[in-house]
Amino acid sequence: MPHDHDHDHHHGAGHEPSELSEMELHVRALRTVLEQKGYIDPAALDVLIDTYETKIGPRNGARVVAKAWTDEAFRKWLLTDATAAIASLGFQGRQGELMVAVENTDSIHNLVVCTLCSCYPWPVLGLPPTWYKSAPYRSRAVKDPRGVLADFGVALPASVSIRVWDSTAEVRYLVVPQRPEGSEDLSEEQLADLVTRDSMIGTGQPKAPGQ
Amino acid sequence: MTYQSHADLGGQEGHGVVTPEPEGELFHANWERMALAITLAMGATGTWNLDESRSVRETFADYDSLTYYQLWIKGLIALLKEYDLVGEDEVAARQMLHPARPVKRVLHAADVPTVLAKGTPTLRPANSAARFAVGDQVRTLAEGVDHHTRLPAYARGKIGRIAEVYGAHVFADSHAQGLGEQPQWLYNVVFTARELWGEECDESSTVSIDAWESYLERVP
Repeated sequence: MPHDHDHDHHHGAGHEPSELSEMELHVRALRTVLEQKGYIDPAALDVLIDTYETKIGPRNGARVVAKAWTDEAFRKWLLTDATAAIASLGFQGRQGELMVAVENTDSIHNLVVCTLCSCYPWPVLGLPPTWYKSAPYRSRAVKDPRGVLADFGVALPASVSIRVWDSTAEVRYLVVPQRPEGSEDLSEEQLADLVTRDSMIGTGQPKAPGQ
Repeated sequence: MTYQSHADLGGQEGHGVVTPEPEGELFHANWERMALAITLAMGATGTWNLDESRSVRETFADYDSLTYYQLWIKGLIALLKEYDLVGEDEVAARQMLHPARPVKRVLHAADVPTVLAKGTPTLRPANSAARFAVGDQVRTLAEGVDHHTRLPAYARGKIGRIAEVYGAHVFADSHAQGLGEQPQWLYNVVFTARELWGEECDESSTVSIDAWESYLERVP
């Protein structure tokens, strides 16, 4: 899948309609027909969009990770029954019905992909980024994980094994990255600010304190 | 074979480098928001299941030239046509031309949080004992199948080890074909990178897939 955002740009000031407006009109037409037929409630569409723009996103996952870093009992629960542990913070449901948390250590780095489509843990990370759904990531993550990490500017020591999780069924994976050095004095809230979306997919590391 | 998936990308060469994206960038055009919302709202009518949606999308011949939300819209229109809910003539005319047909339910705004929080769990009561246990060596099916499946091509005919037993789950292959849930035991199966890719790969890496029981046979 190309991640060519060019498709969404206007192509000059010619008389040809841009692909943006064609798709815009096409999707609006479809929405109109669905509304006229009573299959959808327009107000529900607004709530769905608002939910994934403002409520369900990677800050949810960051809270889970920060709690695991500070609360040993929660960490153990997360690693043995992630669905229940994550639900205890209020995150659950669509595309995260069965959650598994996988923890990075000094010797293992976890990386999550869906080579067959775009399976992603929505309740904790929200909607997947374009690259996660794109052909370069999906084709290479399983065969050349170190090369993919290099695309993200991440270099791991050769002593670290990479464990790639291809999400081929309805189990959804959350990576628990390693707590950064020098973060001992930070509160759980401050720690959550260090946890990036990419670090919970395995394509990045958490930010260092003060970064 | 008549069924061909264009979505099975694992291990393919030539797709180029990954382009990272900032965390807050969710949509690249306004219509993508609407594509997300109408796809989720129509999914919530219960007319088709997620496996059918995946199957419809992966079989489009122009799969690799569509952006993800373009693919979603094309898939949605195909399903609406298949279930006789909306005709292509109506989308072209930008208005309803034929009477509506009943759908099981309509997602209303007030119910969105509850419906999303519930999701669509696939775990089912098991009606047989699991054939495999953690640590067992298994071989995946070598042959492709003539329908939607979730065993990637790169992991066919490979020997791996059961790492986790996830319980019995709705079987995607039958579910996608309208043949019912037919739940099967689901396992996490780990392969060494060497087993999948040969000698030239990173020797310490492993790759796991989640595989239904019928994808696997015991290695003595």
